[in-house]
Amino acid sequence: MFNIDRRSLLKGSTALALGAALSPADLLGYAKAWAADMKFTPEAGAELRLLRWKRFIQSEEDAFLALIDAFSKATGVKVTVESEFMDDIQPKASVAANVGSGPDLIWGLYSTAHLFPDKLIDLTDVADHLGSQYGGWVPAAETYGKGDGDNWINIPICFGGNYLNYRNSMIEKAGFKEVPQDLDGFLEMSKALKANGTPMGMALGHASGDGNAWTHWALWAHDAYVVDENDKVILDSPEAVKACEYVKALYDTWIPGTASWNDGSNNKAFLAGEVSVTNNGISIYQKALTENMTDISEDMDHAFYPVGVSGEPTELHVAWSLMAFKYSKYPNACKALFEFILSKPQYDDWLVGSVAYLTHPLNGYDNNPIWTSDPKRTIYRDCAKRTLTAGGKGSVGERAAAALADFIVVDMLASAATGQTTPEEAVQQATRKAKRIYRG
Amino acid sequence: MVDAAPGNDAVVSASFWTRLNENRTVLGLWFMLPAAAFLIFFLAYPLGLGMWLSLTDAKIGRAGEFIGFENFTWLWGDSVFWLSVFNTLLYTVVASVIKFAIGLYLALLLNNNIAFKAFIRAIVLLPFIVPTVLSAIAFWWIFDSQFSILSWALIELGIIDQNIDFLGTPNNARASVIFANIWRGVPFVAITLLAGLQTVPQSLYEAATIDGASKWDMFRHITYPLLTPIIAVVMTFSVLFTFTDFQLIYAMTRGGPVNATHLMATLSYQRAILGGNLGEGAAISTAMIPFLLSAIMFSWFGLQRRKWQQGESDD
Repeated sequence: MFNIDRRSLLKGSTALALGAALSPADLLGYAKAWAADMKFTPEAGAELRLLRWKRFIQSEEDAFLALIDAFSKATGVKVTVESEFMDDIQPKASVAANVGSGPDLIWGLYSTAHLFPDKLIDLTDVADHLGSQYGGWVPAAETYGKGDGDNWINIPICFGGNYLNYRNSMIEKAGFKEVPQDLDGFLEMSKALKANGTPMGMALGHASGDGNAWTHWALWAHDAYVVDENDKVILDSPEAVKACEYVKALYDTWIPGTASWNDGSNNKAFLAGEVSVTNNGISIYQKALTENMTDISEDMDHAFYPVGVSGEPTELHVAWSLMAFKYSKYPNACKALFEFILSKPQYDDWLVGSVAYLTHPLNGYDNNPIWTSDPKRTIYRDCAKRTLTAGGKGSVGERAAAALADFIVVDMLASAATGQTTPEEAVQQATRKAKRIYRG
Repeated sequence: MVDAAPGNDAVVSASFWTRLNENRTVLGLWFMLPAAAFLIFFLAYPLGLGMWLSLTDAKIGRAGEFIGFENFTWLWGDSVFWLSVFNTLLYTVVASVIKFAIGLYLALLLNNNIAFKAFIRAIVLLPFIVPTVLSAIAFWWIFDSQFSILSWALIELGIIDQNIDFLGTPNNARASVIFANIWRGVPFVAITLLAGLQTVPQSLYEAATIDGASKWDMFRHITYPLLTPIIAVVMTFSVLFTFTDFQLIYAMTRGGPVNATHLMATLSYQRAILGGNLGEGAAISTAMIPFLLSAIMFSWFGLQRRKWQQGESDD
């Protein structure tokens, strides 16, 4: 019924090259062809439960569910997908790990797996297989994927990019053809935009996504880090003070109110034309496109964050990691699902569905049509390659996650920027909090 | 032999058992057992567990070890914790006092014979009926830094020329969340006091009118003393609800800007659940208990004093 030969595979790739999603029949065809030759064979009668975070973009979830559906039909493994609010995933995963029952697979944040590495199925063979098939893993994926040793305890199946969103017309009016890629130039642009009455604005409130993303860039761009390679707190430094001073200078030229912004505030302000530059995933652009706000979608574009004193990118993008639990009765089915999700062409199809909101961790997907079909999405392709991991120089895992959840860097920069404390005091207070989290 | 021995034992134990069960005290204990079990499992156990956790370094998903008062010593030197204590006290005191004043005023108004009384009483309850998270989101829009309807209206009226930064500066943010809490809490106070007012016998007012008492005298010497027990209950609950508020803050500011609106409850959640440090979060929650206990003590032993209820001064 579904005879997949080289010719129809090529046909499928052409359809993808145009950025169109695979039809369910095509997808099932590929799934069956894959199943005939899969590396990890599911146990007979296997059933899986997968818990994931609630989608941010409908087309991404549609594509993901279509992918899972094709897997079920091709392998006979029934997969139930449940979704929960993002913040609830980690507590649920912890409980599942401790009581030894719950979903077979949980798709959460990069840090979750590092809370209970010994409760998870060793995925090294899956990771090695996929890495060899698809051009190798990006370094950040490897850092997040491996536990303390060399074994993979989870696989970051995608990253969520966060870059500068800007209005072409507004920065041009301020005298800039593109967003300057150095710190001084960026500050100059911010001043010029303010002078024109079209200020910038990025979240300085407790915005776990956008706030953490740009503030860590700002800190790291000044070569200041919360911890060193051995997780020793090294925040109290002249570099960190400089980062505070820089952010204060930026903040002074911004639209008022950014200290109260959460993850949604900048989207609203940008779409309403209130700010000229902010930081975000692809969702602002996507919303402008789907709601026909052509004055915004045609006028906006995305840019990398400026490169700081080290000369290397110092960006922070989120990694979304999938893990499988040892208590699962069907470990091979879990591995098969990993293999299927991250294989061509279905992973390609999912990337197309997620419209650049999600980025691949395997180099072999650089040619996915979503990255070139619309040049405004292209830079999100590189976020997984450019990102540092959540701990900066230090380890990933619960301490890095706790530091992010407690908004140590956000609050430090915000209290210096709003003038509640001097930059020096802000750094000292943040150091104290960091030392607590990284104690012993 | 095999049969006889247990038989003898049964006679002895049965008589002891029967005697025991005929004892009124023991019987009373039996009858209290269901209620006690309920209280122990659902109230005492979680409370005890929370206090135990505060003495450990438990993380989410890991039991943690006993570390004595380390969490509390750390919090003692933590400026954010003290800021949250200050915020919580400010939030509770200001909001409760204003809620009481407005609530009492509304109750007195609604106790009069006014047109559409039932309808108006129902409307007053509205803020209390709306789920907190929904009203918090509505307030979040009302106080938005760019799209606030208040700022917009004032700008259109020509009173101000740029948006008010409601949630972006510490004091504005505190005032805004307190306002939202008052809006939400007034109906509870008003309706409960209204119920209390209706228990005051009309004859007392008639007698006072004959004696030539003024409106204020009647309030001071009849209404207020007879309302005191209700006030004690209402204000105890109101203070407890306000002190432990979470949803409004979490939906509106998440404790920002720079922790200026963090209450102890929201800080506890941030550290325990989001940050994973269950022990420290539990310590923050445990630190709320003395405040809550003293609020309860004040209400029950203070406001309920018989002399106060009879309108006499304390001696």
